[in-house]
Amino acid sequence: MQTNFTLDQLADPNIAVADKILRSCVHCGFCTATCPTFVTVGDEDDSPRGRIYLIKDMLETGAPASTPVAFHLDRCLSCLACMTTCPSGVDYMHLIDYARVRVEETYQRPAHDRALRAVLAAVLPYPARMRAALRAASLGRSVRGMIGTRGMLGQRLRAMLDLAPGAVAGRSSTERPGVFKAQGTRRARVALLAGCAQQVIDPGIHDATIRLLTRMGVEVVVAKGAGCCGALTHHLGKHDAALAFARANVAAWTREIGAGGLDAVVTDTSGCGTVLKDYGFLLRDTPEAEDAARIAGLAVDISELLVRLEYQPSVTPPPGMVIAYHAACSLQHGQRVTEAPKALLRRAGFTVVEPRDPHLCCGSAGTYNILQPEMAGRLRERKLGTIAPLKPDAIVGGNVGCLTQLSGTAIPTIHTVVMLDWMAGGPRPETLPSDATIAATRPPAAVAQDAEATWS
Amino acid sequence: MITLPKPKPDVLARRDAVHEGLRAIMQDRGVITDATKLKPYETDGLSAYRQMPLAVVLPETTEQVAAVLRFCHQNGVRVVPRGAGTSLAGGALPLEDAVVIGMMRMNQIVEVNYRDRYAVVQAGVTNLGITKAVEADGFFYAPDPSSQLACMIGGNIGMNSGGAHCLKYGVTANNVLGIKLVTIEGEILELGGTHLDTAGYDWLGIVVGSEGQLGIATEITVRILRAPEGTRAMLAAFDGNEVAGACVDAIIASGIIPVALEFMDRPAIHACEAFAHAGYPLDAEAMLIIEVEGSVAEQDWLLGQIKEICARFNPISLKVSQSAEESAAIWKGRKGAFGAVGRISPDYLCMDGTIPTSTLPLVLRRIGEMSVQYGLQVANIFHAGDGNLHPLIMFDANDPTSMHKAEAFGADVLRLCVEVGGCLTGEHGVGVEKRDLMSVQFTEIELEAQRRVKSAFDPEWLLNTAKVFPLQAGTASAGPDALPHAA
Repeated sequence: MQTNFTLDQLADPNIAVADKILRSCVHCGFCTATCPTFVTVGDEDDSPRGRIYLIKDMLETGAPASTPVAFHLDRCLSCLACMTTCPSGVDYMHLIDYARVRVEETYQRPAHDRALRAVLAAVLPYPARMRAALRAASLGRSVRGMIGTRGMLGQRLRAMLDLAPGAVAGRSSTERPGVFKAQGTRRARVALLAGCAQQVIDPGIHDATIRLLTRMGVEVVVAKGAGCCGALTHHLGKHDAALAFARANVAAWTREIGAGGLDAVVTDTSGCGTVLKDYGFLLRDTPEAEDAARIAGLAVDISELLVRLEYQPSVTPPPGMVIAYHAACSLQHGQRVTEAPKALLRRAGFTVVEPRDPHLCCGSAGTYNILQPEMAGRLRERKLGTIAPLKPDAIVGGNVGCLTQLSGTAIPTIHTVVMLDWMAGGPRPETLPSDATIAATRPPAAVAQDAEATWS
Repeated sequence: MITLPKPKPDVLARRDAVHEGLRAIMQDRGVITDATKLKPYETDGLSAYRQMPLAVVLPETTEQVAAVLRFCHQNGVRVVPRGAGTSLAGGALPLEDAVVIGMMRMNQIVEVNYRDRYAVVQAGVTNLGITKAVEADGFFYAPDPSSQLACMIGGNIGMNSGGAHCLKYGVTANNVLGIKLVTIEGEILELGGTHLDTAGYDWLGIVVGSEGQLGIATEITVRILRAPEGTRAMLAAFDGNEVAGACVDAIIASGIIPVALEFMDRPAIHACEAFAHAGYPLDAEAMLIIEVEGSVAEQDWLLGQIKEICARFNPISLKVSQSAEESAAIWKGRKGAFGAVGRISPDYLCMDGTIPTSTLPLVLRRIGEMSVQYGLQVANIFHAGDGNLHPLIMFDANDPTSMHKAEAFGADVLRLCVEVGGCLTGEHGVGVEKRDLMSVQFTEIELEAQRRVKSAFDPEWLLNTAKVFPLQAGTASAGPDALPHAA
């Protein structure tokens, strides 16, 4: 596509990168078809191609982001389905990332919007603050009915309260640095991204990862100085804060490489994994560029690592059990990890079914379900509507955000690694219905047929 | 560069009143008038041409479409219909004084009837969306333009779209049974029905391929077909374009009709392989994708026959797909081909001429010579079995000379198509892109006859004007004032 930048503008390395990305777009429009917001609202301005055009115009004119530009860019989930679809290989992720920074720098948001974003950036990445906030939220639930539903602010407050878990767990085992020793002969040594919000919302996920990996002979390190991956602030357009997190992690894991060596940096939150794998790009112009690229190269999703380590189950699932695999966008589009989780779950003995349109986001998308509750709600309904006919005993996926977003129905949402740990000798997930209920839902004979009817 | 007609000054002067009128009809939903928000609507799949519209309206019902058209008609405002905006011929290019009616919110499947094998869908349903809605029950909608993932059935009607599988099943015109058409006066017509052929004049024959110039289709009844028992694709690689073209001619001449017979040359093979990882032969100068369908025995027999014919043209390799995944990857590469060329060139013009298959070797040789003459690279990716060429002329839109050269090159290719007995467009439509070449294909008398059809539906020439017909000399207008015999 034609672009119109002056040489002066192109001297800015960020614009030079954006220009290259824009030039690779041929405006074919394929991306519109798989964009959750375009499919929902049917407006070019809410499609990847439309947003690319809005960004092009904003960058070419050099003008501050206008209200409509901020509105439509904010509505992008960064699910990256467009990148999976794009035949031209347009690097939409880096374009929208940079555009968000421009919006953050040049657009004056309404006061309540600014305040909320500041609060999210100041709370979510820090487990202790997050826990305190969740405790406050459980108190807040009693006044939920008093919050108005009309304004954006009211909707957002309600969304936050709805997303907070009913009971807040105590401090998780991964909140402090430590080393979890391999059982038997050590096969590998990995750093686990302890991260931030997930260990507060559901500490059981890290526990399962550590149990499973150590049982398989892997030493798991929670490195001192590592924290939030930076994704949350990154997607809010808060560039400096995101870089600070990334740098701290790169430094922490680089030290760990020096100390005991690392075979991988593993994450069990796919939203974080996408950003970890991008550290090389994020820190490209910093003194840590080389280290960052090395860390990005070591980053793997837990499912990729388990395939590499040849995961084997030791027990079998309850008869008749069917699970619906929900593909998190950060995994399927951001990291292009599509088969590994399903293959592992099948190897573990589960009958795995998939809903129609698995490429469409559930609306979670980091802080999106708080900042864009209406669109997120419509996408949640759509996703649940495609899962319900499958009548699964659980919805299983690799990202805590999706699991929270899709919770609240009769079907429990459980992390992939929790299911895999269970089949390898770990505890049975507490939220699962009993074996008798599972068997009663569907006779085992029907399960084989369901598996055949899976959408591809 | 293409000329657009002069905007009507009185319409531009009434901009605010038009906006207000549209908002009243649409009850404040789906009317875009803000300049920033209009910007992404200034172009379609032919992004070299751009023009900001007066407004964009996104109706949700046929009645809304009718009300908007009635309003525009009463106020003398031009209208540009738009589906997914994937046109490679600028079919949805706006005009400065025109209202764009975007059909993407009308995306519902209205009815599916397996017994009588038809589906009624709204105009904003994607082409692939029809097949997706019926495939679990073993049915499909046959025409499959490469943009089928995104392009909408309303636009397919406008351009009479084709696709890889049209060799066997025919193009859009052969697969549409009925159309709900809204006229510029806001009248709602029901053309055709739920069965093949209707009494009286073949109105569908006039409307399909009329490029949004006769009315706006809001609901379409399409034929759905039983999916075949199975399909298998094979790749045949050759060391030259001409020899591959000759092989296509031989297959068609033998009386075999594969379900698809596609051609890709070296640049296309490399660009698509990078995207689809389909195992395309990277050492080949040209490759054919040949697909057969039916029972296993039928597939085996057909593939055997085709292999024998291919063998006469010294193929580098012949490879039959061994799995559904492999076939899917082969087609993913082909369907994404135009976009994939974006990996090797920032811009391209996609030509769409059709020629008799016997002239393929000659035409491919001439295109190769022109490529040298103009100093611009070409990727050839096309529906060879139909003789429907798609040379992609690569250029750099940031360099005006390169763009002009590409346009001249494209025009030469299309002239060549007409010269060898073919035509200007196979499936993309004329749009603005090929508008000025229509006089190469048609005499003035022939053009005039077609203009009269347009005038019968739309006497004031408000619907998607400035497309299809060359602007009248000296007037820079496409309207009736330029037509000596207009009613």
